[in-house]
Amino acid sequence: MRLVVDLNRCQGYAQCAFLAPDVFAMHGEESLLYNPLAEEERHEEVARAVAACPVQAILVEADPSAEAPRTRPGGDR
Amino acid sequence: MSGDGSLDRLKRDGRIVVVGASLAGLRGAETLREEGFTGSLTMIGDEPYEPYDRPPLSKQILLGRATADHTLLPRRRAIDAEWRLGVPATGLDMAARRVRLGDGDEVEYDRLLIATGVRARPWPKEDEAELDGVFVLRTRDDAYALERSLAQSPRRVLVIGAGFTGSEIASACRERGIAVTVAERAAAPLVGALGGVIGAVAAELHHENGVDLRCGVMVTGLEGDSTGRVRTAHFSDGNSVEADVVVVALGATRNTEWLAGSGLGAGPRGIACDAGCRAFDIRGIVTDDIYVAGDVARSPHPLFGYQFLSLEHWGNAVSQAETAAHNMMSESADRRPHIWVPAFWSSQFGVNIKSVGVPTMGTEIVIAQGALNERRFTGVYGYQGRVIGAVTFDQSKWLQFYQQQIETTAPFPPPFPTVDRRLEGQHPRDADFPDPSVPTHGPTVTLSGYAPDDRRLTFTPARH
Ligand SMILES: Cc1cc2nc3c(=O)[nH]c(=O)nc-3n(C[C@H](O)[C@H](O)[C@H](O)COP(=O)(O)OP(=O)(O)OC[C@H]3O[C@@H](n4cnc5c(N)ncnc54)[C@H](O)[C@@H]3O)c2cc1C
Ligand code: SF4
Repeated sequence: MRLVVDLNRCQGYAQCAFLAPDVFAMHGEESLLYNPLAEEERHEEVARAVAACPVQAILVEADPSAEAPRTRPGGDR
Repeated sequence: MSGDGSLDRLKRDGRIVVVGASLAGLRGAETLREEGFTGSLTMIGDEPYEPYDRPPLSKQILLGRATADHTLLPRRRAIDAEWRLGVPATGLDMAARRVRLGDGDEVEYDRLLIATGVRARPWPKEDEAELDGVFVLRTRDDAYALERSLAQSPRRVLVIGAGFTGSEIASACRERGIAVTVAERAAAPLVGALGGVIGAVAAELHHENGVDLRCGVMVTGLEGDSTGRVRTAHFSDGNSVEADVVVVALGATRNTEWLAGSGLGAGPRGIACDAGCRAFDIRGIVTDDIYVAGDVARSPHPLFGYQFLSLEHWGNAVSQAETAAHNMMSESADRRPHIWVPAFWSSQFGVNIKSVGVPTMGTEIVIAQGALNERRFTGVYGYQGRVIGAVTFDQSKWLQFYQQQIETTAPFPPPFPTVDRRLEGQHPRDADFPDPSVPTHGPTVTLSGYAPDDRRLTFTPARH
């Protein structure tokens, strides 16, 4: 499960670290470190963190099957 | 173009090409689809990977908390694009509306979005740059290689350049227990971006965390052993240091070479565009069909006197790409300017550093909240009697407030009493930026053009 946190928005409230401690962790007083490729099993915790974040800073890929890049013979690798 | 149906045709079955398949390219493409574009979309990227996120590369990845191949960006929606990855764009024919590719192919477009970003400035002496153990950090491959060498417990790492990236690398090394020397030409870390008052605090952070910080020196040469591995670095003060890993963190170069001779206004400082993200050609005439976004762009900002800002900031890439894509899909009256207030973050030595506005324009600074020696404070920058920027160390909760102050061109120094204002916060002092004619490492905002002296500007920020 791909995720990214908009750290300009993040206020270090740490709700996410509380709700999904395997994915989000505070580093020092208010820096957030997260695992950008969380395990699928963490789906529910992550969803809870997304919902709880007071500034909606967490983006999780909406649909995991959203897109396998369509390639073109010769062009892609 | 208004009302003649051409926009509808473009939306329905136009051809849009995006060059640069990273943060700005991806968010731009998603916005195009969001705005109803159903034509063909081609994503051209010279890296062989789908769009990935770079900020974790100097943070989570170097700390060994995630691996370099794990930062692929989550998608906001499917973009149904044709991806040409691992192939660079090598030329642009503006008259024929064609992009030439490195494999000899050509792709035609009705609208083009250029988001080719920047690349790490390499060590200038080529033979030395090629020594084993010498790295830069910009790409996923760079991060993979650097992390692997850190995992082999080097005896000492030398970081050349104490901007944000260099400082984050040094911080990661110390956290892993690796000895690290940082060499910086300026008087302190981060001075190019935040000035000398804050730079002094950054220097203390380095010292407290056991970094061997050498300021006011230049690295004059790197020396390898007989196997071609870097061994020694020589400094301009006559000293030298033994290091088996050297990371060159001397800032970035804009990826515009592929546009040479095309007639587009692209050069070493980036691609100039108007406030609506449309690129200028070399005659200074704005194009109708070529848009730019992200680190490669230079765009005028109404809040900062229409100076052209080049911002190497994550949030700017997202916001500018959204605006460019929106404008591509709009009649001229519905277009909007890119008026994002600059903002960035950095995480180093366990401290959350955030900034809004353009600190580099500030001539004065006042510590409005907290105290420098507590490493928890809010510094507010002033320029010609108005608030122009702010920086927080572990106090990000105040940033939003100062962003509003910047947006409303509030007076400086702030005339109101603030919570937790200390003695050092009573009077502004010189923000102590280095002479702009002397190059430093790592300013994340560079300015050119006219100085802002119009304080009557009213400004309504975009909120999305
Ligand atoms: C290590 C690191 C840490 C960072 N940390 C922070 C941070 O903490 N906070 C913050 O605000 N910002 C940070 N940034 C900056 C942020 O990542 C950038 O602002 C952002 O990546 C810009 O996105 P972009 O799409 O404009 O450009 P880029 O991400 O540079 O993407 C440009 C893409 O275009 C490709 N390209 C170039 N030329 C061509 C060509 N001719 N043909 C095809 N493709 C081409 C490039 O290879 C690249 O893939 C960091 C950057 C790095 C490298
Ligand atoms: S809950 Fe949101 S604001 Fe709080 S730390 Fe997590 S991401 Fe940041």
